[in-house]
Amino acid sequence: MIMHEKTILYVENVTVSFDGFIALRDLNFYMNYGELRVVIGPNGAGKTTLLDVICGKVKPMKGRVIFGENDVNITGLKEHEIVKMRIGRKFQAPSVFTNLTLFENFELSLRKNKGVFSTLFMLKTDKDNEKIFSILETIGLAEKAHEKAGSLSHGEKQWVEIGMVIAQDPELLLIDEPVAGMSNKETEKTAELLQTIAKSHSILVIEHDMEFVRQIAHTVTVLHEGTVLCEGSMDEVQNDSRVIEKYLGRGK
Amino acid sequence: MGRDMSIDYKKAVWRNEWFIMGMIVSVFLILLPLLNVLPGENSRFWVSNFRLNLLGKFMALAILALGIDLIWGYTGILSLGHGVFFGLGGYCMAMYLLLKVGTAGHYESNLPDFMVWNGLTELPWFWKPMYHAWVVIPCIFIVPMVCALALGYMTFKSRVGGVYFSIVTQALALVFSITLIGQQPYTGGTNGLNDFRSIFGFPLRGPDLPKTQLGLYVATVLILIGVYMLCRWITRSKLGRVLTAIRDDEKRVRFSGYDTANFRIFVFCLSAALAGIAGALFVPQAEIISPSNVGIVPSIEMVLWVAVGGRGTLVGAILGALLVNSAKSGLSESFPGVWLYFLGALFVGVVVFFPKGCIGLLKQLQFRSRK
Repeated sequence: MIMHEKTILYVENVTVSFDGFIALRDLNFYMNYGELRVVIGPNGAGKTTLLDVICGKVKPMKGRVIFGENDVNITGLKEHEIVKMRIGRKFQAPSVFTNLTLFENFELSLRKNKGVFSTLFMLKTDKDNEKIFSILETIGLAEKAHEKAGSLSHGEKQWVEIGMVIAQDPELLLIDEPVAGMSNKETEKTAELLQTIAKSHSILVIEHDMEFVRQIAHTVTVLHEGTVLCEGSMDEVQNDSRVIEKYLGRGK
Repeated sequence: MGRDMSIDYKKAVWRNEWFIMGMIVSVFLILLPLLNVLPGENSRFWVSNFRLNLLGKFMALAILALGIDLIWGYTGILSLGHGVFFGLGGYCMAMYLLLKVGTAGHYESNLPDFMVWNGLTELPWFWKPMYHAWVVIPCIFIVPMVCALALGYMTFKSRVGGVYFSIVTQALALVFSITLIGQQPYTGGTNGLNDFRSIFGFPLRGPDLPKTQLGLYVATVLILIGVYMLCRWITRSKLGRVLTAIRDDEKRVRFSGYDTANFRIFVFCLSAALAGIAGALFVPQAEIISPSNVGIVPSIEMVLWVAVGGRGTLVGAILGALLVNSAKSGLSESFPGVWLYFLGALFVGVVVFFPKGCIGLLKQLQFRSRK
């Protein structure tokens, strides 16, 4: 069940600095359950850093991240602990396990006990098989289940990685520039895929491709120099004078 | 339909693999020992005691190669310090064998000979428990494991990896061999530990030595088979796939919910334990262990065996250990000075011409002939 109007994620007063360069400046960001939110902004606005802070890849200097129904403070937790809290991360460059088959890629991602010894003694179950094939159907690659992931095209790898994140059974998906380097047809398929996933998950997407953003977004957040510049529907954002000046209008 | 066919195909491969394995095992476990025992010394089919003993040593080294393959071939972590773990297992066994000499040594003392001429009057504390087989046998793999656990915990938990880890292990190998040489009264120094008399009651000297050696050979082959089966099970488990995934993209494994440091520590400890077992089996067959078996150069050689055989395949690791060591003993018998040059050339050759080793080469040939 999707619960509307209940906040799934609070990012509060977060500051991140890399060797003096401020990537995020006192950032506040909120998201509701069931939302498909798109974050846009010029290069260096801190979009990827925002995802990195949420998923535990980067530790903020200041501020905190609160997640989930019980409002757990996840700031400073390790990556695998945050995955366990049901946040999944898809990276910009496709990162899949090239020497394993698609099936095995998903098998490793499934939500299970991921300790060393339980992994060693774990057996495959029919239920897992079903789940893996249903994800393979969702991303449209079922016939390639037993091919090595390294043999896939760029676009297919992106879908596999999205599928791997779904296999983790997360409540919140963080997806970084899913359509970069994709053909128009692939972009369209990705939009459909994200909309399907959005029916049962909350999704935070970073994207540059404005056409794509228009296709999928309900609410758009514009980041600029590490803070939120503006937030609203696509139309509101596109007509915002600050956004036009700082981002959309540039280069025209 | 498609899935059924792949299952049939897998079954066929499985049968084929077991058939080949069965053949290889019967040659080494039954045929060679029989050819050592049955024909007379003048028969052209006789496998000499010397050759069988040599092969037994190489089989022990193959156990170590399997361990290196697990950590390097499967997980992508290059340890250049496995000589240390080999040495820890080997020295444990050697201490036991020396203490069993009792007062039969040159100085007729309770202490091993080298301690007497180094002026020790009492057995050092860490030698004392080594009188007992039930202490020594677990120590053979537990001591290397504990050592690997400590080093692995410090490096992997703080995310030291890649080249830095290799350098740390290389340094460890250096420290270990320097310590062995420097602490001569306790470790036997450069000469190492040697001059054993018996193992578990079987003589390591005199007319019955070949029988003991045959027994050690068979025991080593059996343990190698056991270790191979263990490694096979591990690499085909889900954990095996996690290890391969760590080699491919560790970040993705972390963000799939695994604490990768624990997996690295696990495979490092296991690999160290196998090296220790290899050392303990090597010592009674070589009848000596010294710092020259455990330092930097041997540690690099060990990695080379796996590279030559084909990393990432268990059979490759065993094959590599047997091939390189046979070449080594062949060359040093006929051209004593050439070995190190050959070793260097081999390393360059493998890296440049066939990075996937012998097994990779075979697979390539097979692939071409099918076309």
